[in-house]
Amino acid sequence: MPFINALPGAIAQGLVWAIMAIGVYITFRILDIADLTVDGSFATGGAVLGIYVVNSDGSAGSIAVGMLLALLAGLVAGLVTGLIHTKLGIPPILAGILTQLILWSVNLTIMGGRANVSVNGNLYPVFIRILNSGDSIWKLVIVVGLIIALLYLFFGTELGSSIRATGNNLKMSRAQGINVNLNKVIGLMLSNGLVAVSGALLTQYQGFADINMGRGAIVIGLAAVVIGEAIFSKIVKNFALRLMAVSIGAVIYYIVYQFVISLGINTNLMKMLSAVVVAIFLGVPYLKKTHLDPILKARKEKKDASGGEDNA
Amino acid sequence: MLELQNVTKVFNPGTVNEKVAVNNLSLKMEDGDFVTVIGSNGAGKSTMLNLVAGLWKPDSGKILIDDIDVTKMPEHKRAKYIGRVFQDPHDGTASDMNIEENLAIAARRGKKHTLKWGINKTERELYRELLSGLGLGLEDRMTSKVGLLSGGQRQAITLLMASLESPKILLLDEHTAALDPKTAKVVLELTDKIVSQNHLTTMMVTHNMKDAIAHGNRLIMMNNGSVLLDIKGEEKKNLTIEDLLEKFNQTSGQVFASDKALL
Repeated sequence: MPFINALPGAIAQGLVWAIMAIGVYITFRILDIADLTVDGSFATGGAVLGIYVVNSDGSAGSIAVGMLLALLAGLVAGLVTGLIHTKLGIPPILAGILTQLILWSVNLTIMGGRANVSVNGNLYPVFIRILNSGDSIWKLVIVVGLIIALLYLFFGTELGSSIRATGNNLKMSRAQGINVNLNKVIGLMLSNGLVAVSGALLTQYQGFADINMGRGAIVIGLAAVVIGEAIFSKIVKNFALRLMAVSIGAVIYYIVYQFVISLGINTNLMKMLSAVVVAIFLGVPYLKKTHLDPILKARKEKKDASGGEDNA
Repeated sequence: MLELQNVTKVFNPGTVNEKVAVNNLSLKMEDGDFVTVIGSNGAGKSTMLNLVAGLWKPDSGKILIDDIDVTKMPEHKRAKYIGRVFQDPHDGTASDMNIEENLAIAARRGKKHTLKWGINKTERELYRELLSGLGLGLEDRMTSKVGLLSGGQRQAITLLMASLESPKILLLDEHTAALDPKTAKVVLELTDKIVSQNHLTTMMVTHNMKDAIAHGNRLIMMNNGSVLLDIKGEEKKNLTIEDLLEKFNQTSGQVFASDKALL
């Protein structure tokens, strides 16, 4: 069965995207900002790693240094969005779009004007690769686990708590002496740093970086967040477990993706499908509140009222 | 302690909507003063409070806290000196964080946020003690999300948070206006208790004349952005609503416009 055979690949790819989804969780859920920078910074991470590792004379740069540089590039991307938002007073969603567009040009420049860079797993010492999904899976599980542990520790510190408060209540945060602009910038940097690392990993896994690899990334990240929350939110309250739920959400997304492809659906429709999934998951709680809850309330009141008459 | 020197704030200057919210206002509060501020809508009460808190900068004049000029200091830096409780119970706390996390953030008001753990064991014990002092049973719910609490409970926690790091000034902006009368009474009693226990210099804006008279050692009535009446000492102690209305009518030549304040 093609679907079963494709399963390890889907899981590995899901774990790569899990890191991206955790980045999206930081902005979307903790900071309460829908940051569109990620569509650009994802490819930036891939481009930086690709260009650093692949040298024109055929020699290989260190993968570890390439990953580190990708992380740095992501941090800078987040910094740019953060400064556009906090220093120029531009709404965060527009600030993200602006940086995303800046990054399109930057990414092309990084890749020397080409639309893609090949990182052949046979020639370069890549960390994970599509030809060895089994190994890639356990390596990625460790990486994702490590990232979750570090973030859990970070958001428990004084600084991390103040960032959570910033996303939760700006008025309260300012009154408590928290520099909310600084915290937003830190959160955006952290998020885009993770997204770039995720892009760098995908580049190794699929064997190339591509200028379009981040297109619609925000939607995939959001899909992972909402799927993870939909499945685990009732049972999971702890922060580390929530991040784990988001990661599993990303894996589920790619398993479902594979499944849908194995049904023979045109892959060109997949982006639309992803967007519809996100719209449904984000929209259902709202519809429930505006449409279903009043009906249930009215029904309950009616029942209470008629109950009262019976007693009288 | 708190001093406002000839402070003026104009909104939308040069437009048809120009509004002089605070007009050449000077006020000096002594250490330990508990001033209640009253006045009709648009009298400038909240603007004055927000100027002190640093939400806006005055167009002219100076604001001093403990002889430190804070006129140009940004809100989050000034927070070091100021504890605040807002009208809307949702404003004062982070609802997705639990009670002890909120208190831990308040305990770090005006300090650097480092990479040290956000809360420690000794703090927890202190918070438990302080929460049990509120008498609302919150000491057993320290890991509950604040969003699950009632408005009164949230205001009580915000009060505790505001007083935690001994602020030089406590600003209360109609902090009982959104509560039902019974809860409002409890929160006001708590306010008196916390203010006197910690010897806090306090400014309380209220719509309610009765509360303004019953609490504090000094009462200020504002009108058109400046101080119309300033009543303290014995006179404040013996003050009645009738006195206050008569004084208002005499001084301003108007009839007090807000029925709500008389309730």
